[in-house]
Amino acid sequence: MSKKNVILRGMRDGLPIGLGYFAVSFSLGIIAKQAGLTAPLGFLASLLTRASAGEYGGYSVILAHGSWFEMVVMCLVTNLRYLLMSTALTQKFHPSMNMLKRIVTGCCVTDEIFGISIAYDGYLDPEYTWAATGVAAPMWALGTALGIIAGSVFPARLVSALSVALYGMFIAIIVPPSKKDRAVMVSVLAAFAISYVSTLIPAFAAISSGTRIIILTIVISAAVAVIRPVEVKE
Amino acid sequence: MSVLGYILLMALVTNLIRVIPLLLIRGEIKNRFVRSFLYYVPYVTLAVMTFPAVVQATQSPIAGAVALIAGIAAAWFGLGLLPVAAICCAVVLVLELFL
Repeated sequence: MSKKNVILRGMRDGLPIGLGYFAVSFSLGIIAKQAGLTAPLGFLASLLTRASAGEYGGYSVILAHGSWFEMVVMCLVTNLRYLLMSTALTQKFHPSMNMLKRIVTGCCVTDEIFGISIAYDGYLDPEYTWAATGVAAPMWALGTALGIIAGSVFPARLVSALSVALYGMFIAIIVPPSKKDRAVMVSVLAAFAISYVSTLIPAFAAISSGTRIIILTIVISAAVAVIRPVEVKE
Repeated sequence: MSVLGYILLMALVTNLIRVIPLLLIRGEIKNRFVRSFLYYVPYVTLAVMTFPAVVQATQSPIAGAVALIAGIAAAWFGLGLLPVAAICCAVVLVLELFL
């Protein structure tokens, strides 16, 4: 495939991703506004970060006036899956791919961009991933900015409805693997239950929601990893 | 720290997470516990973030709860990110007309 065709294909595959982003990042904008972000700041934050759960976590740290340390740990925990995705992506790179191309392609990784990149035939042409990101990322950023601007003039009923879009997306990410793997299903259900119970315990409810998410994630994941370790394929 | 400072820190850390494995990890991670832990983390953290927050995000907790169940059902039957998110929104929009 010529470079031009690779780029056109990337742009084509990036468009539906961008449309989906747009709807979801609008609801992220509503949360960003609560954290005190203006529309240009929200645009910048979303363009540079491109992470739904990660930005949600980040904005909740800003909202709580958390420390630097809290922000770093929050980003690490909410984006740990990107570590796994990038690790998987190393197998799709041509061994001779240079450092700069690796860095730029790595920065493009989101759930969806990773999905289409890993499905690419043979070694990944990085231009494909860049083109898809080039189309999808501005839509993600624009949605966030519009959510910040329009979120407040929207009727409360509509904001209430849109605010669940992000949770809907999280559900769409966690349900399919739960269906395939019982251990994942059990950990998700346990996480739901423990998360709920933790909000009822006064001592636990008092700490910031960001810290609560981090502690519960580490404890539950470590427990499941000990009880149900993943089989190593050889 | 200013909001811009938080944003730049968030962007820096998030992109470092994406890039570091591509620069450092040549072979496969062998440690069974680390592999397993990393395998479960994404799902657990999303689950913790979703519940009970989804029920608290809506004006009526019942609407949030029904949206959660509808979203799980839709995802179970194979719908993708956008349709599942749309269904959750629609459920809340319709239910809050009555609740």
